[in-house]
Amino acid sequence: MSDESDYDDVVDLNALPDDELVEQMQDDLYDGLRDEVIEGTQILLKRNWKPAVILKDALVGGMTIVGVDFRDGILFVPEVLLSANAMKGGMEILRPLLSATDNVSAGKMVIGTVKGDIHDIGKNLVKMMMEGGGFEVIDLGINQSVGDFFAAIEEYKPDIVGMSALLTTTMPYMKVVIDEMVAKGIRDDFIVLVGGAPLNEEFGAAVGADAYCRDAASTVDIAKEQMALRQAAVS
Amino acid sequence: MDNSTATIIPFPTLNIIACGALAKELIALKSLNHLQQINISCLPARYHNTPKLIPDAVDKKIELIKSRNDGKILIAYGDCGTGGLLDAVIEKHNLLQENLVERLPGAHCYQFFAGQQAFIDIQEEEIGSFYLTDFLVNQFESYVWKSLGLDKNPELLELYFSNYKRLVFLAQTNNEKLTKLAETCANRLNLKFERIYTGYGDLEKSLNNFNAGEIPIVQIQPKLYAS
Repeated sequence: MSDESDYDDVVDLNALPDDELVEQMQDDLYDGLRDEVIEGTQILLKRNWKPAVILKDALVGGMTIVGVDFRDGILFVPEVLLSANAMKGGMEILRPLLSATDNVSAGKMVIGTVKGDIHDIGKNLVKMMMEGGGFEVIDLGINQSVGDFFAAIEEYKPDIVGMSALLTTTMPYMKVVIDEMVAKGIRDDFIVLVGGAPLNEEFGAAVGADAYCRDAASTVDIAKEQMALRQAAVS
Repeated sequence: MDNSTATIIPFPTLNIIACGALAKELIALKSLNHLQQINISCLPARYHNTPKLIPDAVDKKIELIKSRNDGKILIAYGDCGTGGLLDAVIEKHNLLQENLVERLPGAHCYQFFAGQQAFIDIQEEEIGSFYLTDFLVNQFESYVWKSLGLDKNPELLELYFSNYKRLVFLAQTNNEKLTKLAETCANRLNLKFERIYTGYGDLEKSLNNFNAGEIPIVQIQPKLYAS
């Protein structure tokens, strides 16, 4: 997004009008500049922006661009991680304020990396973007068994169960969890989303998930669609 | 004058499409076993980090080989993170010509170097194992360190490796220098170090069986998402 000359310019964030500041924050997030994103977040708060709006416009907006460029092969994992780290910096400021001012949750999700798999970079990105999208997310961590998922379902009563895997050898475990949900007669009580580098839509359908999510940004959209479908079916 | 004509029956051509990370080992095995009739064709080893590029690239190579000879084709890849899409390419070609294309068994090169069961045992012993082969130790700087952006952003190390506990060097050769280098890699990643000598493992067995025309040792994994 930014060319090299941008790095030579010292931008006084305080001097920018709101719209330019948001645009600059998206650029800074894209470039993984955590300190600048934190500073921008603080400035917008001082200007009486609502935390939810800062989150949506500056942070999620910026991270969505990162997601698109990652999908299109313009950005790679290291850059995405730096951007995510910058977004996390802003979110750490906003999170306590959000809980105090914006109690309306878009839905609740439990998410974990399945048994046998310790990879969590993608899962952590999804967690962050889902939180940015207004969802309450309970992160179960890595190497989660059927029992772990069921315990979390019982405890948190989520709307969405999310499963992640990076390995070809571990992705079939998603079917084990879903089959167990079917066996217990609770499958239709939850939206099941699956994701991970070796997965695809065909796999998601074959294991019985509601949807395959190809990246963190699209997960938010898919989750919202699925929630809307579910609510429409109930009403 | 002897008018009889000797009929020379040539060895059938065998083709291997391999990950560049296996090139050295395959060439060594070809030479050791005098397998002149085997053609080795490699794809870039960097696909190790971008597995989505593997199926299409293999598909194109198969088409190219088919336009040149009728020999069987061994795909010297594991599933390698393609999520079954590499096997789909193989199935497509086998539908047109039965048993034309085979693949090495297992999910990754680690698995066929170590051997199927041995690899499962190693993984079950410590789920947080990060694997290197001779190739990856030699290419650690470019294929691991730089490709993960750790040269420019060492702070990402924790994000990438915090769930790993040990580095397992699956050694194809007994090379003290390489072992020391592998240990240095483990130190850089803040992981415990372990070396397991595998030799060429199932790669050698598969190559010999392929050459002998024995099909079954190399088999496609069952469909991952079969019900």
